[in-house]
Amino acid sequence: MVTIALEVNGEPTEVAFAPHKTLLEVLREDLGLTGTKHGCELGECGTCTVLLDGTPVLSCLVLGLACANHAVKTVEGMALGGRLHPLQETFADLGAAQCGYCTPAFLLAAEALLAENPNPTRDEIKDALAGNLCRCTGYIKIYEAVELAAAHLRGEDARPSEESLYGRR
Amino acid sequence: MGAGKRRTGGRAEGRTENAPLQTACSPVRPSAIIGKAHRKVDAVAKVTGTTKFADDLAFPRMLYCKLLRSSQAHARIVSIDVSAATRLEGVQAVLTGRDFPIPFGILPVSQDEHALCPDKVRFIGDPVAAVAATSEEAATAALDLIRVEYAPLRPITDAEDAVAHPEPRIHDYGDAGNIHKLIDLEFGDVEAGFAEADLVREDLFFFEGSTHLPMEQHAAVAVWSPDRKVTLWSATQTPHYVHRALAKVLELPPSRIRVIATPNGGGFGGKSDPFSHEIVVAKLAMVTGRPVKITLTREEVFYCHRGRHPTLMWIKTGLKQDGAITGMHFKSLLDGGGYGSYGVASTYYTGALQTVTYRTPRYKFQGARAFTNKAPCGPKRGHGTPQPRFALEVHMDKIAEQLGVDPAEMRLKTLVPPNSLTANYLRVGSMGLGACIEKVVEGSGWKEKFRKLPEGRGVGLACSSYISGAGLPIYWNNMPHSGVQLKCDRGGGVTVFCGSTEIGQGSDSVLAYIVAEVLGIDPFDIAVVTGDTDLTPVDLGSYSSRVTLMTGNAAIQAAERARDILAVHAAAKLQVPAEQLAFAGGRVFDARDPERGLGFAETVQLAEAAEGTVGTVGSYTPPRSAGTYRGAGVGPSPAYSYSACVAEVDVDPGTGVVRVPTIWIAHDVGKCINAAAVIGQVEGSVYMGLGEALMEEMAYRGNRNVVHKIPSLLEYKSPTTLEMCDVVTYLVEDPDPNGPFGAKEVGQGPLLPVMPAVANAVYDAVGVRVDEVPVTPEKVLKALRKKGKGEEGRVGPLSFPDIPWPEPTRVPPPWEGGDGKAVGQRA
Repeated sequence: MVTIALEVNGEPTEVAFAPHKTLLEVLREDLGLTGTKHGCELGECGTCTVLLDGTPVLSCLVLGLACANHAVKTVEGMALGGRLHPLQETFADLGAAQCGYCTPAFLLAAEALLAENPNPTRDEIKDALAGNLCRCTGYIKIYEAVELAAAHLRGEDARPSEESLYGRR
Repeated sequence: MGAGKRRTGGRAEGRTENAPLQTACSPVRPSAIIGKAHRKVDAVAKVTGTTKFADDLAFPRMLYCKLLRSSQAHARIVSIDVSAATRLEGVQAVLTGRDFPIPFGILPVSQDEHALCPDKVRFIGDPVAAVAATSEEAATAALDLIRVEYAPLRPITDAEDAVAHPEPRIHDYGDAGNIHKLIDLEFGDVEAGFAEADLVREDLFFFEGSTHLPMEQHAAVAVWSPDRKVTLWSATQTPHYVHRALAKVLELPPSRIRVIATPNGGGFGGKSDPFSHEIVVAKLAMVTGRPVKITLTREEVFYCHRGRHPTLMWIKTGLKQDGAITGMHFKSLLDGGGYGSYGVASTYYTGALQTVTYRTPRYKFQGARAFTNKAPCGPKRGHGTPQPRFALEVHMDKIAEQLGVDPAEMRLKTLVPPNSLTANYLRVGSMGLGACIEKVVEGSGWKEKFRKLPEGRGVGLACSSYISGAGLPIYWNNMPHSGVQLKCDRGGGVTVFCGSTEIGQGSDSVLAYIVAEVLGIDPFDIAVVTGDTDLTPVDLGSYSSRVTLMTGNAAIQAAERARDILAVHAAAKLQVPAEQLAFAGGRVFDARDPERGLGFAETVQLAEAAEGTVGTVGSYTPPRSAGTYRGAGVGPSPAYSYSACVAEVDVDPGTGVVRVPTIWIAHDVGKCINAAAVIGQVEGSVYMGLGEALMEEMAYRGNRNVVHKIPSLLEYKSPTTLEMCDVVTYLVEDPDPNGPFGAKEVGQGPLLPVMPAVANAVYDAVGVRVDEVPVTPEKVLKALRKKGKGEEGRVGPLSFPDIPWPEPTRVPPPWEGGDGKAVGQRA
């Protein structure tokens, strides 16, 4: 067993684990943060995405040991004080989460995008999320949710379009 | 739509086998909830990562299970030596086929699987032994210590190989050699139909297999209690069928087994069978007395499969000059893989729904399913119908060109009328396909684009239909397909219990919205308890697009019964006739004097004080099928959804790469329960269809012992954000009297027209036919090269093998005086 100190969702944390464990395993098994999911554990699907010092990483490909003295953010760290993050609000409102399994990863990848680029184009959103697979939504509601949350984060009073909720008339 | 109108429309014909309902209260008011866009009731749990999927569960002293899977495609097991594995530190139990003498399978006619293979393996990945150990590492290490001696048999590589080689037999049952199932159904004299046609056309098509690829790998956890009760949590779409399989194989009374379906991280049909790993962890929990968990690796998910059957098809249609069909003959040959699974139903489905879109006065269907030494095929989104739909819609495109008519107009002229019976006795209710075609034709600018775009760009059109739930259950019984229990709390909350399974499609939300609509309360004041065989009444599961219609009708019945109880007591208190009461906005009030009313909670308290606990039940049984011939059980549904699709493509003649910028799709959903969720299902279906159209294939190396080519998420190509097209969705609402509030399905139908629309668009773009799915760059290039050499610019199958078809079941269609029985069938 090894013990490391790191920051998890803004809190200083110490955790002991077998040294071969990936960050994904440490989060899920040793820290009880099961909000981070896995789809392959081979770095192919993006489902285990978390933020390491603000950058999206595949937690199945990062050793837990490598995270000593770094900051990790998981989906559990997005809602603060019982209030959803604007991305979580728009994902919920638009149905960008269907089965919800890939959702934590998309949320974090999108959060990292918006931190760098508060007003991304549709193509920039596609590029930023190209490493994350979703089998339910066809990605469209995810793009729309990111765009809407970006507007909210910019302080705009934006609402979902009629077409996005009801289709084209 | 007013509540009063909805009441008559909501059940008249679909409820014929249910007791008449009380309809004491019928205030006419607009729907507060139904048809609007809502947040799903589980949305916050999903976006905060708090939803507990099966692999998120952990228990003290939990053991980890790993399965040893066959390295051989087809072999007898000579011996298995587990002694070294048993001695490894941390290993608590090792099981083999000897521990599971009783077979199981989803269909009563195909009980051909064992939790672990007792004497024979039938595909690479077939489970042979299981280990439970204190860590995943120890369990994995133990697998390496198990020695299995195999005596290889000749592998059967595909369906045509199975037809050509009856021996060695993969199973010792089935209709002939390695042919699992043979079907021959005849509805009228198709040859007479061809004789009176102006045009008779034959075509051959092949649809490659594809897999569900849910992002969540299958996982299950079992806990055994010393009071001889086992509880299984599993990522399953069908907890009721898993319950039955466990009872059978473990030889436990069903009352001692509890199956809890965890929310599925995607299903798409891939979690609809009872699986080996579910039975194995339950048995290991019994043997060790400790909780046991298994989570499949992604590679293992490819071996579980049950996805789209690779299907070879031949279609022959006779038509009049105006496009009216005079007769149709359809043949399919399905590659079933190593086990039965849903395959008998899948085979029937390849011939069932051709008749519900275009009027077909005479129809003949011949279907065959072969056993092969590959991962078993079963139900994937669209179950058995995307393959024939692809064939039919491309065939129609070719016919329209031959007749010199616009393919959209030709279809519009031959639509099946609403409220009619097809040649094969499917009862069509509402039918909004015409409106769907008009929407996509107008929206896409079809008339300005079809055959008019520059070389390399093209548009294609296709249509489809799908069932809103199967008319018959998987196993024969007279009980309801869906049950709902409802409890009103004196605090004003309502709890709804139903065996349905949330797989991301929003079934939990549908229950809440419907009950909220009837009782006039906020959906978020409703707690939904689903998919738990101890707590919830049986619902057959999340398959065949049955849940909204069936649980929806059951929920309406339960909620209306509760409303009737509450109305009696509110009426007495308010001195208003019960029929005059309205339930809305969390209040019960006089519809003529809305100020005069009670709070919902207060009403519950009045009722509870007078009568005791306020609880009701509701259930739903589909209408009886119109046909009674052998085979009539597959295809009937309470309602059929309809879709039309136009795809625009951009084909690079240098590389053969097909890009799809936009798909326009219109879907007749009957009536939206939650519009936002309906749009999500349409977009998700288009996405999955696009993947099948362009890239997804479950491919094997036939010459190398039938090894799976690509059992990984990297190599199994599925669309990312960079391949996904724009989608323009039109919702058509043609309410069906059998649907709850008129609702029909949406989860599967909109996938179906995408593949043929793309293939038709490729032809419009570059003038070549790829009569196969997926339409890969290699195939497009090959067709272009052939065309360049002056040959037919086509890639696709060239022949259909000779199959030993049985004597046909002859069923005269309704307009020939038929009554749904076969000729010679006993009453």
